[in-house]
Amino acid sequence: MEGTLAIVGFGLSTIGPGTATGLIFAAYINGVARQPEARSILQPIAFLGFALAEALALFGLVLAFVL
Amino acid sequence: MLAKAESGFEPPSAADFEFQPIFGNSIYFTKPVFMVFLSVLVISVFFITSARKAAIVPSRMQFAGESVYGFVRKTIGEEVIGPEFMRFMPFLFSLFTFVLVNNLFGIFPLLQFPTMSRIGFPISITICTYLVYHFVSVKHKGLLPYLKEICFMPGIPKPVYLILTPVEIATYFITRPLTLAMRLFANMFAGHLLLLIFTLGGEYLLHGGLIFKFMSIFSFSFAIGLTFFEFGIQCLQAYIFTLLSALYIAGALADEH
Repeated sequence: MEGTLAIVGFGLSTIGPGTATGLIFAAYINGVARQPEARSILQPIAFLGFALAEALALFGLVLAFVL
Repeated sequence: MLAKAESGFEPPSAADFEFQPIFGNSIYFTKPVFMVFLSVLVISVFFITSARKAAIVPSRMQFAGESVYGFVRKTIGEEVIGPEFMRFMPFLFSLFTFVLVNNLFGIFPLLQFPTMSRIGFPISITICTYLVYHFVSVKHKGLLPYLKEICFMPGIPKPVYLILTPVEIATYFITRPLTLAMRLFANMFAGHLLLLIFTLGGEYLLHGGLIFKFMSIFSFSFAIGLTFFEFGIQCLQAYIFTLLSALYIAGALADEH
């Protein structure tokens, strides 16, 4: 086995954003299930939240390369 | 970068993002720089031809151009900035199209490199946004009231300022531009790396025995699937970059709470 600790760190850093993305889409699905006509309003909000949370995981990836 | 069967698999790394100069030894003209010029050319030609023969009954080109503009104007300009949005439309629209086209180069055949995965390009467009929202704030509120609003948010008990003031200063001057540039850069960097891993992995498996050759089909089909995923991410990132810029400008225009 080869590799650096930075990669392990990246693995750990994905836990938070992974959970966050799950929560965002859970809330989105809940919202659409309760009120299907609200889909078009909720969709951009859900994807905005997804992209903001996902970026945090990618910061971890960048740091894994930098360190 | 050629992975040879006997030397073991070489995973793609940050070194794959560095290019040789196109002309001689000039380090200022590499593939990403060429692609930035290309993107400006593509955007200008597309929108000039689509708007040149504007008619009441739109042609296909005009319709395509207008729907991109309409999207930015409606979902980013009008909804986020509010009544004064027209002043910022040229900025927001060029930001959106510039980022979008440069991101899409990441999956465009033959080019296949997202310009924004070199940190310099996201930083330079972030500087534009940074200057615009601070300039608008200072112009709208005046320099001292603006700094006062950042340092001492009204309607908060005094001891809280001890924590809040440094956080607010860091938010406006460091965190906002840093995350804006990093988000775009990291997304494009990670996306390109992901595609590299699956295509190079598939290529490496081709050097192996029959079973490995068969396995490479999965690797390549993953690469194709991820290309479509990347397309979504690239459009989303262009949208988010423009949306956040618009949000910062809207914050600059908003009156004190």
